[in-house]
Amino acid sequence: MTAELPAPAPSVNPETREFWAATARGRLLLKRCLDCGSVIWYPRAICPECASLRTEWFEASGRGRVYSYTLNHRGEGAYSGAEPYVLAYVELDEGPRLMTNVVEVGAGLAVGLPVEVVFHDTAEGTALPRFRPAAPAS
Amino acid sequence: MSIRGKARIAGAYEHPDRKIPDKSVAQVHAEVALGALADAGLTMSDVDAYFCSGDAPGFGPVSMADYLGLKRLRYMDSTETGGSSYLIHVGHAAAAIAEGKCRVALITLAGLPRSQRPPRASAAPLAPEAAFEQPFGPTTVSMYALAARRHMHEYGTTSAQLAAIKVAASQHAQYNQNAMLRTPVTVAEVLDSPMISDPLHRLDCCVVSDGGGALVVVAPEVAASLPRQTVNVLGHGESPKLTEGGRIDLTYTGAVWSGPRAFEEAGVTPGDIDYASIYDSFTITVLQTIEDLGFCEKGKGGAFVADGSLLAPHGRLPFNTDGGGLCNNHPVNRGGMTKVIEAVRQLRGEASVPVQVPDCEIALAHGNGGSLGTRSAAATLILGREDW
Repeated sequence: MTAELPAPAPSVNPETREFWAATARGRLLLKRCLDCGSVIWYPRAICPECASLRTEWFEASGRGRVYSYTLNHRGEGAYSGAEPYVLAYVELDEGPRLMTNVVEVGAGLAVGLPVEVVFHDTAEGTALPRFRPAAPAS
Repeated sequence: MSIRGKARIAGAYEHPDRKIPDKSVAQVHAEVALGALADAGLTMSDVDAYFCSGDAPGFGPVSMADYLGLKRLRYMDSTETGGSSYLIHVGHAAAAIAEGKCRVALITLAGLPRSQRPPRASAAPLAPEAAFEQPFGPTTVSMYALAARRHMHEYGTTSAQLAAIKVAASQHAQYNQNAMLRTPVTVAEVLDSPMISDPLHRLDCCVVSDGGGALVVVAPEVAASLPRQTVNVLGHGESPKLTEGGRIDLTYTGAVWSGPRAFEEAGVTPGDIDYASIYDSFTITVLQTIEDLGFCEKGKGGAFVADGSLLAPHGRLPFNTDGGGLCNNHPVNRGGMTKVIEAVRQLRGEASVPVQVPDCEIALAHGNGGSLGTRSAAATLILGREDW
């Protein structure tokens, strides 16, 4: 499997600036609704559960489990030539399922695999939250 | 208000070509429009409502209305939900006709993904989710692979069961002289085809084709004046399926909502369906959809399809008798139009002879646009034979 995946820079806007600024410092932020308590992914100003505009950032544990994955042999754009690579949904311990890549993984890749976040720098001062098999709990 | 029995499909036309290097997209829209109107026994000057989607070149419905010379329009709808758009258009056209807003609705689809370069990136604002998905390299196939993997994990579905869907489609396609892939394939051949995005192989994927199709939906009093047999619109349902603020579930589709709405409006149940056009962008799309529409228990779709249920004319649920998107045609990566067209053929008794369902009275057509791996829009139509 390719050791180095491309890290295309995301488009950042005022609504998501804090999230992406945190990635550059190695922190994964999530949004929580102050009215209904829902943890929201992807981050946004409105709570899609209760329509509240009162949301706050908090730092996620960075741990979760693989919800689904695929080994993609046909990348496009920046990923053309980077195949095969693992595209996945990871279910964070806080609840949300997010699209990501699983890296540093071989035959052990499976639904339910415990994973932890790693950050891969883009060229624009942000970093992509990806996941690797979690170190065993000490 | 119900649309049941208040509108008829009077014309249906599928472009015969699958690669069209020498025409423009607008030109193919014109060809399919004229084809469907001729099928109905109508002309461009009879059209008072026009429906199109994101494949239509130009400014919503306006550029194509101008190009086609639709001078009498009093109703327009450019609902864009990808491949399900055209089923939604039929439902909206029927509702508009039932309300007296129009009498003759034209719906067109056309495009040339094999012969033309994709248009340059649009200047439209980025989708709000884009920054949180695109950097990780999602592709169309890989999104459906994620759905397939999770369905396998929860229900034990196998690649061989998914392959049985392609096998049935290929059995039907051999009788369609316009189909892109007319050679029947086996489960082993599907499993031996190159892995595109694990667990989906090349033969789990639909074809990519140039072409298009069109439909004409009319008021019953218009239908009564036409020479051809028309098809009754009995029910319609539509629904988005969303990512639920991060609680996305990859094991089901929006058919869980669009299906019951359509069945209720039509006053029928899944057991009444003689023929079904099921959206088949990938084999997993079919599997999840037939479960969600209630043709089998949730999670049992694998056993259902592996049993030969989808084979026409005598299976429990004869499906996609034109070969579907998997073998026949998937113009502009939007399979909803051809789903309706083949259902119309079945109800008129005009499907390929070996796969014509005997005494086909009630048909279902289902579309899904967007991605099973993220967000999508489902639409279900229930159609009946003219005398039903």
